[in-house]
Amino acid sequence: MNASDDTDASYLDGNAMGGPLAELFAPDLTAAMIICANCGNEKPLAAHPVYPDAPAMVVRCPGCTSVVMRYVSDQRGVRFEMTGVRLLTIAERSDQPA
Amino acid sequence: MRPPDWPGHVAGQHVDVRLTAPDGYTAQRSYSIASPPEQPEVDLIVERLDDGEVSPYLTDELRTGDQIELRGPIGGFFIWPEHSDTPVQLIAGGSGVVPFVAMLSHHQETDSPVPVRLLYSVRTDADVIARDELRPRNGVDVVLTFTRDVPAGWDGPRGRIDRDKLVGHTVSPDQRPAIMICGSTPFVEAVTRELVALGHPVDRIKTERYGGMGDGS
Repeated sequence: MNASDDTDASYLDGNAMGGPLAELFAPDLTAAMIICANCGNEKPLAAHPVYPDAPAMVVRCPGCTSVVMRYVSDQRGVRFEMTGVRLLTIAERSDQPA
Repeated sequence: MRPPDWPGHVAGQHVDVRLTAPDGYTAQRSYSIASPPEQPEVDLIVERLDDGEVSPYLTDELRTGDQIELRGPIGGFFIWPEHSDTPVQLIAGGSGVVPFVAMLSHHQETDSPVPVRLLYSVRTDADVIARDELRPRNGVDVVLTFTRDVPAGWDGPRGRIDRDKLVGHTVSPDQRPAIMICGSTPFVEAVTRELVALGHPVDRIKTERYGGMGDGS
């Protein structure tokens, strides 16, 4: 793709949250299912758009675009906010195809 | 690389590389692991971005024996579907092919019976990554499409991945393939949209977007 047809290439996806969240949680969370507290949409974290260039890494709902998580690691330490998550489910096995 | 205490990885995982300047400024990027789990050394393939903060150091400055700060292996979502009972369709744009290099090597090392196809969009012949690992073989179909300069004598597909190329060179929806797409954000969005339009259920499609702006595929 060329820059000319990038409507919004400034975001990544929840795969990029795997490393940062490994600072806080032992299991991998990229395959975890997340239910949005705002709209009830359920998707794996990896399928959420992630905006890495805000002051925090901001994870948004792929359904309603509301903020589901924010993560910052800086001189003050690691801060993680997830009030936008109603339920997070880690499957017993996450290596199976969807 | 030979990371100490490496726990082993699965094909498709990535690592985070962190560089710290003398003044304390840090920059961090994610890179997919290119080597299969069966290989003791961990290989990364890094595309140099002229305006990048990390890749020019890794490609120009880093020397054998140097140490870098790594976090990983990371990821339990965008990984090879080890026990798939349907064909696997991989679709790559540019350096998005790197996790698939690990998957195809793993597929070969384990004599996997799972049929796999790769459709790989790349700018020019000189941009093709890991040519040896991407050779078609029994059970593995690899199709390249060149988006900028087409090599002399090439009679295969050319131009970006569009609906016609997906119909002609990927596993059809009736076979319910497990689909994995990796590339720049616009690439992933465009290919996903076309696959869904062709009738692939969205829950059969796994995607990984990378932030390397300026990739031509």
